[in-house]
Amino acid sequence: MPERELTFAQAVREALAEEMRRDSRVCIFGEDVAEAGTPFKVLSGLVEEFGAERVVDTPISEAGFTGVGVGAAMTGLRPVVDIMFGDFLTLTMDQMVNQAAKAHYMSGGHWRVPMVMRTTLGATRRSAAQHSQSLHAWFSHVPGLKVVLPSTPYDAKGLLKTAIRDENPVVFFEDKMMYKLKGPVPAEDYTIPLGVADVKRVGKDITLVATSSMVQVALGAAIMLEREGISAEVVDPRTTWPLDEKTIIESAKKTSRVIVLDEGYGRYGVTAELAAVIAEGAFYDLDAPVKRMGAMHVPIPFSPPLEDVTVPTEETVSEAARQLCNKG
Amino acid sequence: MTTAASKPEAGRETTTEKDKGLRAYRQMVRIRLFEEQVNELYTRALMPGLAHLYSGEEAVAVGICEALRIDDYITSTHRGHGHCLAKGASPDRMFAELLGKEAGYCRGKGGSMHIADPATGNLGANAIVGGSVGIATGAAFAAKRLGNGRVAVCFFGEGALGQGSLYEVMNLAQLWKLPVIYVCENNLYNEYTHFSETTAGTILGRAAAFGIEAASVDGQDVRAVHEVATRLVQRARAGEGPTFLQADTYRYSGHHVGDINREYYRSKQEEQHWKTERDPIKLHANWLLSQSQADAATLEQITTEARAEMETAVKFAIATPYPSVDQVEQDVYA
Repeated sequence: MPERELTFAQAVREALAEEMRRDSRVCIFGEDVAEAGTPFKVLSGLVEEFGAERVVDTPISEAGFTGVGVGAAMTGLRPVVDIMFGDFLTLTMDQMVNQAAKAHYMSGGHWRVPMVMRTTLGATRRSAAQHSQSLHAWFSHVPGLKVVLPSTPYDAKGLLKTAIRDENPVVFFEDKMMYKLKGPVPAEDYTIPLGVADVKRVGKDITLVATSSMVQVALGAAIMLEREGISAEVVDPRTTWPLDEKTIIESAKKTSRVIVLDEGYGRYGVTAELAAVIAEGAFYDLDAPVKRMGAMHVPIPFSPPLEDVTVPTEETVSEAARQLCNKG
Repeated sequence: MTTAASKPEAGRETTTEKDKGLRAYRQMVRIRLFEEQVNELYTRALMPGLAHLYSGEEAVAVGICEALRIDDYITSTHRGHGHCLAKGASPDRMFAELLGKEAGYCRGKGGSMHIADPATGNLGANAIVGGSVGIATGAAFAAKRLGNGRVAVCFFGEGALGQGSLYEVMNLAQLWKLPVIYVCENNLYNEYTHFSETTAGTILGRAAAFGIEAASVDGQDVRAVHEVATRLVQRARAGEGPTFLQADTYRYSGHHVGDINREYYRSKQEEQHWKTERDPIKLHANWLLSQSQADAATLEQITTEARAEMETAVKFAIATPYPSVDQVEQDVYA
């Protein structure tokens, strides 16, 4: 039997539908999540199956409905809050950082916030500076939150199911440019634990540690490098917190050269943390400094030729890899 | 909506009504004496951090919480000791929390501004002004969805009227007819600034904009607060949606215990007026006496018992140990 393939969007939808069937406490809040199924059509069909009581259209009030999600999670529901564009996360920050992240600790472990916030990241959609950012580093910085960055349809489904079953607030970032990406997704129930990296490609000369949208870029670069005799390993942490430091460090030790890739801003970003983890854990096994590649330190511009240079590409990654391997 | 307490006819008071009156008195006295101990602990440098006293506002918390079930929800504020006690928290574990001790409600991790207690429906005091409005509204959403008949009361000060998230959730609550009561405790001062300098329009006009039924009440009159709260709680429980209550009250102390020299923002005469003429405990005591619901000896006994309770609770809190340092990383994640 041929392997079943789903798009990234279908995988997300299937995870939600399965969890909503499994657990009547799971509900969705967000702007145009019901009949519209969101502008990305990721949620199409869910309101028809689960009703408007569980797939709840909200006003354009990110702080308000995120706060409602936090309170509902504390008192018996398991909300999945939909923040359409990751850029709108700025409006939810107090609810996520001061409320959701701290309720468990601050109450001495008495209250829990089993809530998922689904949102998007990623540039190159010609959406300009307020619809293109990748702000997952902010949430990775805050104790009490977990941060998930799926890079394939398979991972998206398995990780989202785990996130919904988790007892903590989990921020789940989907690359909006990846919704149409197809990949194998088994029909049977499966979950993927948070905090377990996945070696997406085995190699021996250089490690490309890549998250979310950058995993596909890294895999493309690896194919280019293969033709030139450079064997690249691609490691996908899948979650920035909890972080599977062991797998990343082991790969760095094995290949001795590392590029870390993430679509968030490079400065003070996820790449900085990953590079530090590698420096602390594999310094004496490295043959070159760890190279960081992230979004340029500029607001994402609208004009296509400008936007295209703001994020790492297969070409820029493979060029950086050549230089690290002294084959530039 | 009326706000005056109905006067029971002479001879018609039931035992229950008498008990309720005395119980409200006892609860207010307990809060006042709790806060006196907090002030003492703070000034003796036994209490770390900040202390925001509720003294003067007791009738609001007591009048409302006496209308709630134990499993109803509240969210509270940085000035939250009164709400916690009124909802049923025990002073010994509260003092322990204030001192950062392991026996505290939050195992010492929350402190004065974050007391939370699932057993009494206390979703937590919140140190972000207006920070709990989403949580209270979400609790009301869950209560409605789960059909458990619970009501959520969201306490906040008039300072929170400047926060936009309040209006976002009021809009949601009214759209979805959620069983939540927004209680604005107007103690006149946003920290060190009179609310008239920060608040355009009227307070009740804000609720009216969303079509939310709203009332104001004399927050120094515990019976008036209780009467209106009872009605709003019944209304919420019956599925008739959110309401908004403005309780006019006064904060006897400074914004926090260290706010001693306050004359640049309010006069001593004003403070004296509220303390002598508008004190919720004195007003209720006079009513109980005038209605022959209690004699002076009974009221004195209540005070004596409450004082002893608080002294014992403080002693417990001082003696009980701090958490061991290895607990610092516990409960970051569930």
